[in-house]
Amino acid sequence: MKTTELPRWASGFVLPVLNLLSALLVSALVIHLLGESPLESLQILVNSAVINPEGLSYTLFYASTFVFTGLAVSIAMKAGLFNIGAEGQMYLGGLGLTLAMLSFDATLSGWLLIPLAIVASAVFGAAWAFIPGYLQAKRGSHVVVTTIMFNFIAAGLMNFLILKMVPEGDQNPASRVFTDAAAIPQLSTWLPFFGENTPLNLAFLLALVALAIYWVAVSRSSWGYKLQATGLNAHAAHYAGVRISRTIIVTMLISGGLAGLAAVNSILGSTHYLSLNFPAGAGFIGIAIALMGRQHPIGILLSAVLFGALIQGGFDLSLEKPNIPQETFIFIQGLIILFCGAMENMYAPAVLKLINATRTKG
Amino acid sequence: MEDFQFASILVSTIRYAPVLIFAAMAGLFAERSGVVDIGLEGKILASAFVSAGVAYTYQDPWIGIAAGILASTALALVQAFVSITQKGNQLVAGIAINIAMSGLTFVVAQYFFQQGGRTPDLGEARLSTVVLPGAELVAGVPGLGWFWTRLVGGHSPLVYFAFALLPIVHWVLFHSRFGLRLRACGENPHAADAAGISVQRTRYTAMIIAGVLCSFSGAYLSIVQSGFFLRDMSAGAGYLALTALVFGNWRPLHTVLGCLMFGFFAAVQIQIEGVDLPVVGRIPGSLIQMIPYIVTVVVLAGLMAKSVAPKALGKPFVKSR
Repeated sequence: MKTTELPRWASGFVLPVLNLLSALLVSALVIHLLGESPLESLQILVNSAVINPEGLSYTLFYASTFVFTGLAVSIAMKAGLFNIGAEGQMYLGGLGLTLAMLSFDATLSGWLLIPLAIVASAVFGAAWAFIPGYLQAKRGSHVVVTTIMFNFIAAGLMNFLILKMVPEGDQNPASRVFTDAAAIPQLSTWLPFFGENTPLNLAFLLALVALAIYWVAVSRSSWGYKLQATGLNAHAAHYAGVRISRTIIVTMLISGGLAGLAAVNSILGSTHYLSLNFPAGAGFIGIAIALMGRQHPIGILLSAVLFGALIQGGFDLSLEKPNIPQETFIFIQGLIILFCGAMENMYAPAVLKLINATRTKG
Repeated sequence: MEDFQFASILVSTIRYAPVLIFAAMAGLFAERSGVVDIGLEGKILASAFVSAGVAYTYQDPWIGIAAGILASTALALVQAFVSITQKGNQLVAGIAINIAMSGLTFVVAQYFFQQGGRTPDLGEARLSTVVLPGAELVAGVPGLGWFWTRLVGGHSPLVYFAFALLPIVHWVLFHSRFGLRLRACGENPHAADAAGISVQRTRYTAMIIAGVLCSFSGAYLSIVQSGFFLRDMSAGAGYLALTALVFGNWRPLHTVLGCLMFGFFAAVQIQIEGVDLPVVGRIPGSLIQMIPYIVTVVVLAGLMAKSVAPKALGKPFVKSR
């Protein structure tokens, strides 16, 4: 029998893999044009990002941040909202966390500090996403444009605020270092396999918990049903009794909160201070992760690990091959977004044809 | 002294605005045809690098500009292929192009010039400025001298081209046959299709025009303003141009006014940095930098005017059978 729709395994797995391969093929071509061997580069990359335990630790550390920004963008996408503002929301999340630490890290113990930091980052991130959400829900101003504006406003605001936090006599635009009690324990304490002083920390487990909660909330709860209904057809959802503007605002609050949480891993898990531009594009990578992972928790986890590996492996590769600087991986990120996000269905007709051909034969 | 400062703010406004005007007029064509052009930033960056690199290599700004046009148009065609032929998500396509170009321009600049991702100084290959007739005569006259040699005169040809675009774009959009078809495709592509207009072809044409216009924005940045290419030198100009477009309600005149407003704030920001003002004291540049974005959010919130986008904006056209 002929089918007109792709089975789930094909649309959920085969298409993303084909798209990813296309992006990597173009990357390989560029690396070849830069005069380096793509295969050798891939070998170095995989070696230093996955096979070497210390490298793997770094890969998973980056992935922990990306899971949060990926979830932030994903949950908004489920409601039909394109949140480009995860970068700014993560930045503000870092501000909330830092303000909490600067006020309390001298007096409270770690058992209170870390939960406080987690709450503060989520609240600040959510607050920064609230305004675009509110404007979309109540005034009809498009969340895409407002979140872009809010990224720029966040950057300006933080440029201003960080200068106020620099300890006297310091040159770097960064806050003072928090007390050791505020550091999230590293996983290498229990798993020496990862090597000493690698930044992989308990926030990774927090990320896994967040993925599980996301799955239950989106696919198994009545709230998730309303969320998806709003994203698929807001008019129909409205007639079915879903309060659209409320759903939009709540979703943006959750999305911003998740993006804010991404700061916990980056700051409390590694640097222990707030620095200028610390999100370093993680919010934008979240867009790629949400698209490539097709807003599914397992997809998000896999894409987050992939991007973590590209960052970690790319860093080592750039040390060995001066012709392939780290910026190459910003380009590859763009390619992945293009192929996996914008052209996600490019191979669908061909795959469909192939499936139908094998079925009629058998 | 106050007056003198205000005068130089006006001059820098005129110098800064073309970056935004070219990009915003590019976006105007794309978006009026129904394609969201969030990829302006990437096209600006690609054109800024290619035009600076080629202008330096051949020591000729015009060859550089021509190469920049090719680069930006090629990207516009990729964007068109994804958005129009593949019917992909137009926002995602644009963002992908922006991110990819932010990385690729650095990598290629580093590969060719080995100067940390910038091109060498263009030196003589920068675009020269136009001296208006009679400039020498009035140079000494107070007020008029400044007006004729600094405000109106003394800019590169691209500045005049940017401002000349306004009437041209207005005419093409509202008084030509092509403009009518273009707007029809952005408002109601099915009606346009029924009237025998090829929506695909019109949108492709619009994207090519957008690519060409956007390239001038990048060329202006590198060949005129700075005299070299620097990593991520567009610094959000593409997004700002898009904002000016939303601010201007997708109308040429209002969009150009929006660009001038953003240019004005950028100039104020540079002028006011570290200056003691009466009453308020020093205002940090980073706060002034935020003003245009806040103004835009206020406008978007409908507190100043209602913005009305082309109705089919962002929706891929699927021909009805």
